[in-house]
Amino acid sequence: MTEQRVISRATGVEDNEYKWGFDFDIESDKAPKGLSEDIVRLISQKKGEPEWMLEWRLKAYKYWLTLDNEEPKWANIDYPPIDFQDMYYYAAPKSSAEAPQSMDDVDPEIREAFNKLGIPLIEQQRLSGVAVDAVLDSASVATTYRKMLEEVGVIFCSVSEAVKTHPDLVKKYLGSVVPYTDNFFAALNAGVFSDGSFVYVPPGVRCPIELMTYFRINELNTGQFERTLIIADKGSYVSYLEGCTAPMRKTHQLHAAVVELIALDDAEIKYSTLQNWFPGDKEGNGGVYNFVTKRGAARGKNSKISWTQVETGSAITWKYPSVILQGDNSVGEFYSVALVNNYQQADTGTKMIHIGKNTKSTIIAKGISAGKAQNTYRGQVKIMPSATNARNFTQCDSLLIGDKCGAHTVPYIEVRNPTAQMAHEATTSKVDDSQLFYLQQRGIGLEDANYMIINGFCRGIFKELPFEFAAEASQLLRVNLEGTVG
Amino acid sequence: MTQTLTKYQQYETDYKSFDDSIGSGQPEWLRSMRLSAWSRFQELGFPTARRGNEPWKYTNVGPIADASLALATKPAQVTLDQIKATAPWDDSWLNMVFVDGHYVSEYSGSASGNVTVTSLAQAIANGDELVEQHLGQAPQFEEADGFVSLNTAFVRDGAVLHIKQGVTADKPVHLLFVSSGADEATVSHPRVLLVCEANSKATLIESFVGLDENVYFTNAITEISMASGAELQHYRLMQESEKSFHVGSARVQQESDSVYRSKVFERKVGLGRFDLYTNMDGEGSSCDLKGLYYTSGSQHVDNYININHQKPHSTSRLYYKGILDGKSRAVFGGTVYVQPGAIKTDSRQEDKNLVLSPDAEVDSKPALFIYADDVVCGHGATAGNIDQDTVFYMRSRGLDLEAASRQLIYGFADEIIEAVEDDGLRQYLEKLFLESLPSYKFEF
Repeated sequence: MTEQRVISRATGVEDNEYKWGFDFDIESDKAPKGLSEDIVRLISQKKGEPEWMLEWRLKAYKYWLTLDNEEPKWANIDYPPIDFQDMYYYAAPKSSAEAPQSMDDVDPEIREAFNKLGIPLIEQQRLSGVAVDAVLDSASVATTYRKMLEEVGVIFCSVSEAVKTHPDLVKKYLGSVVPYTDNFFAALNAGVFSDGSFVYVPPGVRCPIELMTYFRINELNTGQFERTLIIADKGSYVSYLEGCTAPMRKTHQLHAAVVELIALDDAEIKYSTLQNWFPGDKEGNGGVYNFVTKRGAARGKNSKISWTQVETGSAITWKYPSVILQGDNSVGEFYSVALVNNYQQADTGTKMIHIGKNTKSTIIAKGISAGKAQNTYRGQVKIMPSATNARNFTQCDSLLIGDKCGAHTVPYIEVRNPTAQMAHEATTSKVDDSQLFYLQQRGIGLEDANYMIINGFCRGIFKELPFEFAAEASQLLRVNLEGTVG
Repeated sequence: MTQTLTKYQQYETDYKSFDDSIGSGQPEWLRSMRLSAWSRFQELGFPTARRGNEPWKYTNVGPIADASLALATKPAQVTLDQIKATAPWDDSWLNMVFVDGHYVSEYSGSASGNVTVTSLAQAIANGDELVEQHLGQAPQFEEADGFVSLNTAFVRDGAVLHIKQGVTADKPVHLLFVSSGADEATVSHPRVLLVCEANSKATLIESFVGLDENVYFTNAITEISMASGAELQHYRLMQESEKSFHVGSARVQQESDSVYRSKVFERKVGLGRFDLYTNMDGEGSSCDLKGLYYTSGSQHVDNYININHQKPHSTSRLYYKGILDGKSRAVFGGTVYVQPGAIKTDSRQEDKNLVLSPDAEVDSKPALFIYADDVVCGHGATAGNIDQDTVFYMRSRGLDLEAASRQLIYGFADEIIEAVEDDGLRQYLEKLFLESLPSYKFEF
């Protein structure tokens, strides 16, 4: 038991498979099932959005219709067709109809629910100085540490709030990195997105605490379509964390999020994700379909965007956090651990588009496959003619546990400048027998030995995570590896 | 729909007249095979759609589909001296010459020694059983694209090689496909069958050479079947005209303990593509695939390689190098599959590119699909320029920029060329590449 408590979000629920699988009984306000123009209008109306926002949504929705349910097919994943009419596009806890003014106004039931998840919404119970925006189904329910952030000028609120309070910023940047025409799921998201976080860091400000959004799908048959927009103005710095869980459901749930990052001159954004959506049970029933578009634009000179992700959940992961390196001397980084077990499928990687001079990118991806799962790294490095002296280094390593799983590597390397230097390396193997033997011979059990080796394999990525997240990631790894050997 | 019809009108006309004339003399099994390939082609067309089409992601075959190309019905008049001036030639080889896809017996050596070589047209006329057994039997024919179907629809000539059990061929067989580049733009569909029986050993050289700088299209297929313990050294040269189209594929079936070695050299072509597929369907089989491509001007060269490890203890090595200059574009698509149960697979693939011009582009996609756990697989890809520090060192020793860079570029290419075991061929290639490789043209 003590061991489980280390997993900060574990909660004493007696289920050692997926510890976040309980659902809360919170009354919610749902839009009717299905998707239509009326639903889009309804979502916009519920959010009390201005006319321009509604128009944008409708344009996106109309574009999505022209795609005629043609989901992208190139990824190495296999799933039955999604019925986009058979889900709810909007669900919000009833009590949030009027946004809470302070923490005390937050519905005690919701507060309790997030406590259960290990995300205390009460500021006194500090989560080591992390400001949290909690999103339950389609609505943001609480944002902590508002005052402290306001003092330094950082705006951290839900997107729906930002649409009303900072329309200029939203208008200027929303859809500027991921336009609604980008892909099928981005178009869908733009039409029906419900909530998400908005961050603006003013020039020269180093955000004093880590910002975090905690996503939770609670309602049955709902899709979650959040949209996150982070803008780091000149010379600023922000570190943002994202965590996600969902209850155990026999049916699949769709999560199609869009994240846009914008870094101006000399700004830096560090974006970390711990993705732990419900992966489905051991027979592959249920689980979240995670189709996410994440992209950062390193627009300014000397700007930097860094993605770190630990992907352990979801039945299907389709996710390529990318960086467009527009500014001269800009830097893009991608650090990833993707662990799949049972019947999970992950097709994940990154895109690094080098446009500016002296741009640099680093990609380190570690994939672990167990059970009957399939894990694919798919990444693109594109060096445009203008990107003089661009540099890229890519390393993708895969570990296989068991002979029923698969590990795949599909890099796309496109070089159009002779001064560029790019190198890609990938290896695939199983956990080394001689290392296992050595550890066992020292008295360490097979399962622990296996975990130690795999933890070491991922260490380089974990150290990129903020401290609390790193400990949690390594625990998450352990929980998800349980029962994979022997 | 109407557009499709007009697009492939020429092929349709040619198919009908070919089927009525030559085709009517062919055996029934072949006619029906050709007919079904023709309907398959009508269904598939050329792979012009790029969206979601991974095998053709970086290569636009629109120019081939749009070109007006008539079937080459007879070989043009060319002299042997003309051929020898451009093509690799060694009298110690068993040379078989094809002009515009047709076998020319007076330029070809007679099959002496222990290797059986016949032209495909002759073998069909003789009712050779080997042809019926092996034609169209190479792996992955069902999933093939329009080019493969088109070749099969027009099967007429090419070569049939048979290496009998335990035989070590006493000389390399050189299949020389010459395109005359006659006034009219033509298309030829040569087809090669190579059957290597158990524990045999042979060397095959395939050269595709253009004599004139005209538009023509070579659509070639080589089917290779290797029984257990067979060994094959396979060289392939693309030295076509600057305006030519070349789409070729080699499909290799490997049984246990067979060893397939391939070396591909691509120097000149307008739009070139070579598909190499090895199906490693036997324990302990191995393949070693090397390649060198040098593109300049507005050339486009695409190498698409698939290695399929089906059984345990197989080894594959894939090593391609490219030099890009001018406004050219090179594509490398290497895919290694390790199927369930193919444990102890040892696979390594590598693609290295020297990009010398700001207008050149290289697209490299070295992919791994692994469904077995006890394997060691890796791949690597690099793209960049020659090393500045090395150039600096050489210049400090008194070499000028041009000489230093030429040496480095040639050295880069020579790693593949020096692996050629046949002296005559190696000398030809050294000359071909050394004379045409560029030096470094700009400083940073």
